[in-house]
Amino acid sequence: MDYFFQQLINGLTLGGVYALVALGYTMVYGIIQLINFAHGEIFAAGGYLGVILLSYMASQGLMDSHPWFGLAFALILAMGYCAMLAMAVEKVAYKPLRQSSRLSVLLSALGMSIFLQNGLMLTQGVYDKAYPTEFTHGGFEWLGVRVSYMQIGILAVTALLLVLLNTLVFKTRIGKAMRATAQDKVMSALVGIHSDKVISTTFAIGAALAAAAGIMVGLYYGSVRYDMGFVPGIKAFAAAVLGGIGNITGAMIGGLIIGMVEILAAAYIPAGGEYKDVFAFVILIGVLYFMPTGIMGENVDDTRV
Amino acid sequence: MAAILELEGVCAHYGRIQALRDVSLRVEEGEVVTIIGANGAGKSTTLMTICGIVRATAGEVRYAGESIRDKRPDQLPALGLCQVPEGRRIFPRLTVQENLDMGAFLRRDADEIEADLGMVFRLFPVLHERRKQHGGTLSGGEQQMLAIARALMGRPRMLLLDEPSLGLSPMISQHIFRIIRNVNEERGMTVLLVEQNANMALKLADRAYVMETGAVVMEDDAAALRENADIKKAYLGQ
Repeated sequence: MDYFFQQLINGLTLGGVYALVALGYTMVYGIIQLINFAHGEIFAAGGYLGVILLSYMASQGLMDSHPWFGLAFALILAMGYCAMLAMAVEKVAYKPLRQSSRLSVLLSALGMSIFLQNGLMLTQGVYDKAYPTEFTHGGFEWLGVRVSYMQIGILAVTALLLVLLNTLVFKTRIGKAMRATAQDKVMSALVGIHSDKVISTTFAIGAALAAAAGIMVGLYYGSVRYDMGFVPGIKAFAAAVLGGIGNITGAMIGGLIIGMVEILAAAYIPAGGEYKDVFAFVILIGVLYFMPTGIMGENVDDTRV
Repeated sequence: MAAILELEGVCAHYGRIQALRDVSLRVEEGEVVTIIGANGAGKSTTLMTICGIVRATAGEVRYAGESIRDKRPDQLPALGLCQVPEGRRIFPRLTVQENLDMGAFLRRDADEIEADLGMVFRLFPVLHERRKQHGGTLSGGEQQMLAIARALMGRPRMLLLDEPSLGLSPMISQHIFRIIRNVNEERGMTVLLVEQNANMALKLADRAYVMETGAVVMEDDAAALRENADIKKAYLGQ
């Protein structure tokens, strides 16, 4: 039983991270019906900026004296940087194709993904880069379940970001404008909403969440690599589809389910650990086959959010 | 009186098909003007060209003395030009309240917005009852009321209405037309109304334009057109 709860905590941690990345896919899809394949690379860029900032702060001794401050600083800076990067990507690769077919934009997204991934490889090298993790040790045991402070930190940051996003989307003026634009671009223009700005903001928000996820994955696994965005990106995409692409609550639920399934399968299926990447894709295929609208989705041909 | 809206020789195309031919019309401040005509005559296209959803390929569109031909649709509400578009275009997964909030999207005067909200709830009490429901769950008549209420929330100087009676029962249409007359008289709001129901439109309007195959073919006081033999035969079914 202890083992089960241990895996549950691990699954929740991983699932929260997938949920953060899945939100970027689902929000962008909701607003311009694009599967933004470059989103995984934004996540990777966040992970890299995190390692650069944290290593520097660690070398200055700051991570020993003020670890939480250093982490928060790295998180906020990486989120801001990735938001700007995603806005630039949108402006260069997607906005000029606003009137083109969806396939053209999709190809542009694939191209952007390759471009960014190679950019990371060229500037950061092909080898793993280790995260400074000295400050993340420690934890406690509770009812036989070992919980590291790192996991608590990841869960807390994830929960905070999910709550902030929900508030932003459902309570604020810009959130209402995002939902209105996703539902009807012509009408939202007729009430005075500049859709280009809303689309740009949507990319920025999704990227900020992915950047935070990138740092947390780097801390959790202890290293980053230039191609680290690919597999988690596709798993998060599977999570978005599972939840019902375009649906924000769905992306959160989908992310948690995919993370949970991956961890539990690795724990309980013989040799499951070696095949752990397979389960997200099995779910993706199953969802596409049996319920293409996902858990929270409505009509396939309708836009959501 | 000064013209608030003026179209001069406006042409518009859908691909290679010409949808508007040399359309000229003017609306004076405080007037209710209607454009009547059969399906496909170019009435809706005229409205969409005014608000920039369809681009004029020739001619000039002036609003309050300023050319708006090259403006984006989202720049017009700030000038006081609001539209109730064809097909109502309610945001289906926003609540009624949120739909109304969107109508006031550009406004910052919280107290006045609150007052206008009270005003539209008095005009359409059913919207108050349903304010927490999603827009998509309303009936056709309620959606039309919501579309008009949403436009009123922008406190427009001029309101463009595209077929407000389409698909509605005569009773609900009449209710909606009374309210249009009401906001025109009480708030001095200028109205340009596109309607297939020529009978009702001509009763409501001060002046009218008749469109056929993308061009204006007649223009007169609404009362005079109601007595016109050709109009009676072609549009009023008499």
